[in-house]
Amino acid sequence: MDISIVSLIATLIVAATPILLAATGELIVEKSGVLNLGVEGMMIMGAICGFIAAVSTGSPLLGFCIAALSGALLSLLFAILTQYLLANQVASGLALTLFGLGLAALLGHSYSGIKPPSTPKIEWFGLSDIPVIGPIIFNHDLMVYFSLFLVFVVWIFLRFTRVGLILRAVGENHDAAHALGYKVIRIRVLAIMFGGACAGLGGAYLSLIRVPQWTEGMTAGAGWIALAIVVFASWKPWRLILGAYLFGGVTILQLNLQANGFDIPVSYLSMAPYLVTIVVLVIMSADRTRASINAPASLGKIFHASS
Amino acid sequence: MIRLEPRPDPSNIMIGLTPIFAVIATMIFGGMLFVFLGKNPVDAIRMIFWDPVFGEHAFYYRGQILVKAAPLIMIALGLSFGFRAGIWNIGAEGQFIMGAVIGGATGLALYPLDSFLVFPLMIVMGSIGGLLWALIPAYLKIKFNANEILVSLMLVYVAFNFLIGMVTGPLRNPDGFNFPESRSFQDFPSAHNPELWAGTGIHWGVLTTLGMVIFAYIAITRHIFGFNVRLAGQAPRAAKFAGVDPNKMIAICLGISGALAGMAGLFELTGPAGKLTTTFPVGYGFTAIIVAFLGRLHPIGILFAGLLLAITYVGGDIIQSQLSLPKASIQVFQGMLLFFLLAVDILVNFKIRIGKGISK
Repeated sequence: MDISIVSLIATLIVAATPILLAATGELIVEKSGVLNLGVEGMMIMGAICGFIAAVSTGSPLLGFCIAALSGALLSLLFAILTQYLLANQVASGLALTLFGLGLAALLGHSYSGIKPPSTPKIEWFGLSDIPVIGPIIFNHDLMVYFSLFLVFVVWIFLRFTRVGLILRAVGENHDAAHALGYKVIRIRVLAIMFGGACAGLGGAYLSLIRVPQWTEGMTAGAGWIALAIVVFASWKPWRLILGAYLFGGVTILQLNLQANGFDIPVSYLSMAPYLVTIVVLVIMSADRTRASINAPASLGKIFHASS
Repeated sequence: MIRLEPRPDPSNIMIGLTPIFAVIATMIFGGMLFVFLGKNPVDAIRMIFWDPVFGEHAFYYRGQILVKAAPLIMIALGLSFGFRAGIWNIGAEGQFIMGAVIGGATGLALYPLDSFLVFPLMIVMGSIGGLLWALIPAYLKIKFNANEILVSLMLVYVAFNFLIGMVTGPLRNPDGFNFPESRSFQDFPSAHNPELWAGTGIHWGVLTTLGMVIFAYIAITRHIFGFNVRLAGQAPRAAKFAGVDPNKMIAICLGISGALAGMAGLFELTGPAGKLTTTFPVGYGFTAIIVAFLGRLHPIGILFAGLLLAITYVGGDIIQSQLSLPKASIQVFQGMLLFFLLAVDILVNFKIRIGKGISK
């Protein structure tokens, strides 16, 4: 057994980043009172669209932009269904996932086995040579820092800005927000599209950096885990980081155990991230009063203005 | 200006018509997708919907339709109870796998016993496997308030890894040169689920499915249980006052769907699939969600919806071989169908008014 703690932490950050990105987007969506279960579908669409864009232009950055755009476009379908056509959010989210998985497989048909252009790591003027801290903090690509920055921005937005307050009001009580003259539907559609863009970025991180390659169904439940992490975080931005990195840690640990020929068959080790997600979900939901205080009060409810 | 005006009561005509609208819209937009892929849309749509039933080789395809429809219908029937009551089991794929693994393992443990009891015992064990797997999210929901959607979905991945662990470990065929697959049930007559009449595709699972449709129809329309399920879904508070225990509802609905998914898995394993392999799950558990909605959560509707989706599966195989389109295109098609269904659903509860002013 030789597992270096430093490289473990450095890689767990990479493993956690796609989930963190998707979960941050979903947090905003849920704060506006909408439950979008289509994260998995938007992630995989981001993964393939970002991949295609990056491979054909040679620019990973452009890949990420296209991925965000494709995620947002796909989420627009969900927004139309749930906000204008008043469809059930659970069913629409499932439809989005099934559709996204199929469409991504169709688009990616001829892209398996290709290597995407590599994304450079940020140059911190030699800071990455510092022992321990260097590889952990100063040896990553742009998206890792961006994901953390995004959490920070979302925190500021929800806590200190007027628009953030309106968004929360819409999520807590859409009828009251409507009575105050806020455009409930418009705000929710924008929130859903932000969520889609973030999920798309998360997916592209998987196909362009984490794996990096395109395989069918490559998200393997990452979108669902992102949904669970929002619950774990009790809808508080900073806790998303904790949840995502915890998940990343479990993933990396089991991969390391696999690589070191640990005496448990690989298939059982691969269950670990999913089992941990269930355990975490159970722990966070067990205290019913706390769970119901933190969850946005209008979450998943349909809004239709009477006039 | 387009306005939505609520109907006093849901429109019964629209409940029947909207699935047809959705299918038509899917054909139109699906056709556009095929144009985009550089194929003749009319040919493609004909191959998907017409050829499996009436085409030149339909005598072969018709049997295939039944083989694919049976698991879809059986799983969707189970899901429909929960969906009606607002209990979202979306992990039927996992329960399908566990039913096949547990039921299959029971049969393999008895190999090569020659007894007519082996197959019924496997069916029972398969159902129990699915049932227990579905009761995990039920228990966690009742006891710890954990979201059943996420838990049941996570358990799909756990079940899939468990299947891999089984076929590379304890259930691997001892005479199989180390391939990751179990013994074939075709070589084990007392556990085999054969085609009962050659060329029809009918096996024990198809017959059981038909029985289940009738059973579910009676349960949902004539039995107090069906009434309670509908009540819990439409008016949870009223249901509570009427003495419907919500926790019991969760356990029963998840249990039923799990048991049916598990049973479907066992029939699939011993019949069409033949053996446990890592490619055994093909997504019936997820497609069944579309079947349940398209069939309006009603047993007879589900019967037709299951047949329709099975036709698109067979049609998908046809376009794959004849137009060399990737397999995934049919998945897009099915996803589209659910989208359009949800979109046109609004016609059930709302009238669309064009123009200004309030109607009298």
